[in-house]
Amino acid sequence: MVSIIKTLTTAALAGGICASAAQAGGTVEVLHWWTSGGEAKAVGELKKAFESLNGTWIDSPIAGGGGDAAMTALRARVVAGNPPTAVQLKGPGIQEWALEGALNDVDGVATAENWDSVLPPALASIMKFEGKYVAAPVNIHRVDWIWANPDALKKAGVEAMPTTWAEFNAAAEKLRAAGIIPLAHGGQPWQDATLFEDVVLGVGGADFYRKALVELDQAALTSDTMVAAFDQLRMLRGFVDPNFSGRDWNLATAMVSRGEAGFQIMGDWAKGEFLAAGLVPGVDILCAPTPGGGFVLNSDSFTFFKVSGADNLAGQQTLASLIMSPDFQSVFNLAKGSIPARTDVSLDAFDACAKLSHDDLVAAIANNALVPSMAHEMAVPRSVRGEIMDLVTAFFNSGMSSQDAAKQLAAAVARAQ
Amino acid sequence: MAVTGSPPRIRWRSFDRWLPQIVVSPLFAMSLFFVYGFIGWTLYISFTRSGVMPDYRLDGIGQYVRLWSTPRWHVALRNLVTFSVLFISLCLAIGILLAILLDQRIRIEGAIRTIYLYPMALSFIVTGTVWKWLLNPGLGLERVMRQAGFESFSFDWLVNSNYAIYTVVIAGVWQSSGYAMALFLAGLRSVDDQVLKAAAIDGAGPLRTYFSIVLPMMRPVFMSTVIILGHLAIKSFDLVMALTGGGPGYATDMPATFMYAFAFQRSELGVAAASAVMMLVTVVAIIVPYLYSELRGARR
Amino acid sequence: MIRQSQGGIVRAQGIGQRLKRGFLFLVLALFCVYYLAPLVVMVSTSLKSLEEIRQGTLISLPQSINFEAWAKAWTSACVGVRCDGLAPYVWNSVLMAVPAVAISTFLGALNGFALTKWRFRGADVIFALMLFGAFIPFQVVLLPMARTLGVLGLAGTVPGLILVHTVYGLAFTTLFFRNFFIGVSDGIVRAAQVDGASFFGIFFRIILPMSLPAIVVTLIWQFTQIWNDFLFGIAFTVGESNPVTVALNNVVNTSTGVKEYNVDMAAAIIAALPTLAVYVLAGSYFVRGLSAGAVKG
Repeated sequence: MVSIIKTLTTAALAGGICASAAQAGGTVEVLHWWTSGGEAKAVGELKKAFESLNGTWIDSPIAGGGGDAAMTALRARVVAGNPPTAVQLKGPGIQEWALEGALNDVDGVATAENWDSVLPPALASIMKFEGKYVAAPVNIHRVDWIWANPDALKKAGVEAMPTTWAEFNAAAEKLRAAGIIPLAHGGQPWQDATLFEDVVLGVGGADFYRKALVELDQAALTSDTMVAAFDQLRMLRGFVDPNFSGRDWNLATAMVSRGEAGFQIMGDWAKGEFLAAGLVPGVDILCAPTPGGGFVLNSDSFTFFKVSGADNLAGQQTLASLIMSPDFQSVFNLAKGSIPARTDVSLDAFDACAKLSHDDLVAAIANNALVPSMAHEMAVPRSVRGEIMDLVTAFFNSGMSSQDAAKQLAAAVARAQ
Repeated sequence: MAVTGSPPRIRWRSFDRWLPQIVVSPLFAMSLFFVYGFIGWTLYISFTRSGVMPDYRLDGIGQYVRLWSTPRWHVALRNLVTFSVLFISLCLAIGILLAILLDQRIRIEGAIRTIYLYPMALSFIVTGTVWKWLLNPGLGLERVMRQAGFESFSFDWLVNSNYAIYTVVIAGVWQSSGYAMALFLAGLRSVDDQVLKAAAIDGAGPLRTYFSIVLPMMRPVFMSTVIILGHLAIKSFDLVMALTGGGPGYATDMPATFMYAFAFQRSELGVAAASAVMMLVTVVAIIVPYLYSELRGARR
Repeated sequence: MIRQSQGGIVRAQGIGQRLKRGFLFLVLALFCVYYLAPLVVMVSTSLKSLEEIRQGTLISLPQSINFEAWAKAWTSACVGVRCDGLAPYVWNSVLMAVPAVAISTFLGALNGFALTKWRFRGADVIFALMLFGAFIPFQVVLLPMARTLGVLGLAGTVPGLILVHTVYGLAFTTLFFRNFFIGVSDGIVRAAQVDGASFFGIFFRIILPMSLPAIVVTLIWQFTQIWNDFLFGIAFTVGESNPVTVALNNVVNTSTGVKEYNVDMAAAIIAALPTLAVYVLAGSYFVRGLSAGAVKG
């Protein structure tokens, strides 16, 4: 009975919201782990915009471990029957929670605003559960970027950004010869996995990437191509300074900013750190996609949990509508370094790297070269991702042979399925 | 109880006789629920296919098979053994040494004792960052020594998969050895003077007095110290998370961090519950014999 | 402290003895360096400017004392989107720790008293079963505890967190008091009983006043454990009611492009000051309390 009333209220609210989105208000408690630099600024924008709609914003930041600590809190909160209104949660994780019946849908807002027509289909399907939107994407991040300090490259005599892994290796050797750390990297499992997936895309191409890291095909995982990918990862390991272990990504980014290191392979959230250091991406810092001609997709989203009470439900609807508004998508992504999840937002105010990202995205959709990121929880369940990361990071930190790595990778994936 | 009193007083007495049980039972019931109830829940979950959230359909021993076929679990167990053995023995050795030294009529004993004891007051959430610095070759000890002229000085354990677990031992011993010292010092202080005087009259030297007379008398202190240190070792979580995050790779993973990672990062509650049950079995294997001997001794 | 007057076994006499004495102090001093090093680095870093941190080594002492980082950590460091420093969170921790410590200590004393001085059938078994609670890894209880708090309507509240800490502190407090009371002569209780004193009468008027050493040890232990807790803090509190350890984690993991190490260190020391103060001020009672029986178990 209660649930019927709840559903009715939701529907009523959803209907009401379209008519009066501007003065809707409501309360949201937002659980997130965006506490650093450009990210904190970006979430600050969301809060500001929400409050300007007369909403009450309760901030629940839990930093650390790429959201691991926040996920602990989330689980405890849901089990306790006291979930936050909206959670920074993405990828297959959304489906996992939806299957538990822990989510509210915001399909009323989504239908009224016609989200289907403005989101890339691949992304829209991730946001939906049983055909209804349960989450709203705030951005599209590209994972397969190489960032470079032009002064460092010049000093080492590297003329152009590499377009193949062979070129990358040659450039890195030159940097090393010039006494510059070739690759800034932080030894944390997710960063190791980021390198790994970019290498897999570069060595095997988009189709191979999809077979191996999305469909988890055993033959692909043990193939020679995968062995070759591990060989290249081993090369990259050699370009990293000895003190990389445990380093946070933004500290590695700072090494490139200061010219201590030549390259960093990292998603475009690194731009926020460059901007904070007063460097303009595309001018003071060079960007180029990693080899492979694909686009590794990562997208942050806010997922709506099952809360009750008119005030909370109203807040949820308002937040959903706000997140997807073109103005907010533009403001937020300027601060965060990503590009809008809506494909119809003007990119005039964005930097050269963002424009390149957008063009490549459109091209990748056309060529079927758009792949979801494994390292950033877009491709496979967290259990599988965990096993892959364990293996990759063990490979990166030991003398394991590439053949063994491919074999163990396949075994690890099988174990988690 | 032979009490001569008026009838109402006797009734009061009998109520009073039950009072201890009445006081203890709610607390005991709380323990039963919050400790044993929850352990039971964990045990149950370990036999299900629970993933992101608890799932109460039973599913046999699959999670245990899965657990024991995961290489990371074996690393965690190996680390637990390495860590516990080194951690407990170093804490005991340092604790005894410092307690004996401090027992030699040191004038500023109070100050020194506080210095030895204060790490116990700090959590690794607080000291994790600074430990990472001190042990990081590019920032800490290694760099300082090299700048001081020892060019070949090398201390890169933190970033070396084979040695990183030892840095966890260093930080762990730093935190807990002072506590062991306090326990031993307290033990030494409660040894009867007469014993020492008798030993001195017998002409026993200081070393012999300590090793053959005083320390053997402190067996109970040893026991409780080992238990306290042992439980710290099995529970060590903040320490690993703050210092290495389990890395490089998962080289410094321990059962507690393993369980946490699987339960909360990976949505594998079933595997996590199975690993928790393994941890609890280990705890039982250590604690039960201790409690048994302890309580038998107390019954005397 | 019991035989302070008598002193140890090594006596300072003659050159050989004096050498030994010197060696003894050398060893003690070396360990002081080991224990103090992290704290010294933290304090000195917190007093440096960011510029100085970047140029110098982390072991070098600050050229000029600079309390800016402390002020920032206290009042304006950013915890998520809120930039009010640690001050409000320290208050949260106080609100949580004080009642939790007081309740768990009191209950532990009562429990220890009932279990040792009024030995009834099964008292030992009950004690053993309760003690096991001290050894349970806290990660194990997070989810069932969350559910329980939800059912009780205490999820995300300070009373909920107090309940959690009380429940899991009880094993230790009972252990401390039981070990202390075992050393207390049963005669005292028997005599009071014969005089007609009741259970609570004996507890409050006779037992509690004489158990000061055990109370101090228990208070110190519980306060340290509860103040430093992080896991229960992230799982069972919401945003604004976070304890200081969670806020500290958010500050340290917050980096605005450049990591402000001096602010991080100042924040860490602020979060640790209460427990440090307790150890420094009550440390001597700690050893005294331990030797008065708490270790004999």
